[in-house]
Amino acid sequence: MDTGIRLALTLSQIGVVMGIVLLTVALLTLLERKVLGWMQDRMGPMEVGPYGVLQPVADGLKLFFKEDIIPAGANKFMFSMAPVLSLVPALIGFAVIPFGPDWTIEVGGVAFKPFVITDINIGILYILAFASIGAYGVILGGWSSNSKYSLLGGLRSAAQLISYELNVGLSLVGVLLLSGSLSLVTITNAQEGGFWNWYFFAFPFPQAVAFVVFIISSVAETNRTPFDLPEAESELVAGFFTEYSGMRFAFFFLAEYANMILVSCVATVLFFGGWHAPFAFLQGPESLHWLTGMIWFTIKVYGFLFLFFWLRATLPRLRYDQLMRFGWKVLLPIALGNIVLTSIFAYIFSGN
Amino acid sequence: MGTIVFFYFAGVIVATAALVVALRSPVYSALALLVMFFHVAGLFVTLHAEFLAIIQILVYAGAILVLYLFVVMLLNLKREERFQHQLTVGLFLGCMLFAEAVLLVAKGKTSLGMNLPAPGEFTQLTQGNTESIGELLYSTYLFPFEIASLILLVAMVGAVILTKKGILEAKS
Repeated sequence: MDTGIRLALTLSQIGVVMGIVLLTVALLTLLERKVLGWMQDRMGPMEVGPYGVLQPVADGLKLFFKEDIIPAGANKFMFSMAPVLSLVPALIGFAVIPFGPDWTIEVGGVAFKPFVITDINIGILYILAFASIGAYGVILGGWSSNSKYSLLGGLRSAAQLISYELNVGLSLVGVLLLSGSLSLVTITNAQEGGFWNWYFFAFPFPQAVAFVVFIISSVAETNRTPFDLPEAESELVAGFFTEYSGMRFAFFFLAEYANMILVSCVATVLFFGGWHAPFAFLQGPESLHWLTGMIWFTIKVYGFLFLFFWLRATLPRLRYDQLMRFGWKVLLPIALGNIVLTSIFAYIFSGN
Repeated sequence: MGTIVFFYFAGVIVATAALVVALRSPVYSALALLVMFFHVAGLFVTLHAEFLAIIQILVYAGAILVLYLFVVMLLNLKREERFQHQLTVGLFLGCMLFAEAVLLVAKGKTSLGMNLPAPGEFTQLTQGNTESIGELLYSTYLFPFEIASLILLVAMVGAVILTKKGILEAKS
């Protein structure tokens, strides 16, 4: 009986989170085009619905009814596996993100945390592990298409993902040293009370530098401009998904946007206090924490998503060798230096 | 319940491990290996070793196997070069490892001389998984740990020298 209730609760929770994530992806496709439009002094999509707000629906329908083409000579099994291998790791990471207060409520005798699907004690490693699994979709998609553009895109992407994954991991170590935990819930709770407790600003060693490394590396890991070499249209048509159409293409597209949201959530939780407000009084009374918490979380996540769009509108694409040199010779030493300094400061000020 | 889960994981591990060597296409072999890594991770979770489970996925599936796939795609081996006859060597090594495993289980001790726990019994940790491993690595196993990191450093330097042949030739 207990198992049944627990299963029902968890499944409905997963359903709600997935629903919100996919809705956000739909919203982002419109928002990106609108933001880019405004930055480039044009209107963006205006045809479907008032101010083009129904554009995501039209795009979705178009992708859904498009003919599904498998190129001649392609490896059919791998070709259809790759989009799934790309989307699933992107969605699975949301399981450990705390969206609101760390409350436990009882439903039919089962303890249940409403604002986080599961609070495992290795949460951040879990996210890193599944982010690295996402590379398979890209590599296999590029390889199985039997197209030179796809293969080159896939290879570039593999090298890029492996290189920048390292920087993402190392830039987070400072936060883990200060919080002494790998659980995202514990890390969020440690940043309570005001913006000076957020790890971006926190005593004894602010993680601002680590945050910059993290953001740059995660832009690279999500294949966004200025690091979108795997899909550089001027050289590779569309990179690893050149040969994909219809729903399979939509899967890759969903994966990219879901990854963007996930990265924004991780940045929010680790560096900017998760659901905590910048000042305690902005959080409202205890009973309203769930509402204000979710609002603050959403504001921060959308702030980071806006940053992604902003970067895309501002920066030109890097060359491949520049990308590699930057990752290994600039970001990696900075991330390592940050770890050394953070450990020294954490040791001095820990009182032993 | 625990036994069923164990036999599911163990069965899939054995089957996919056999597929890794039996399949003809190296890319399919790599995918079979990927499935195996996930099931080994699952086995670790049933043993309450979540840290090891996630490191298994992060390091082996996320980094090493991706590199392997990368190389396989770049090399694009021709059919006849793919197969090498290593049956004798493989059989010899396999027998050795099997004998070692049987010997250890029969003696009831690990290779470091510690007693194997009885089936169904596991040590209750007073703290989290990650903390326990960290403490052990930096106290009891500090020396092996440092040796391992030294070997890795040597390997890294070696890799750099191999790829940058020009540096040495310019000096001499």
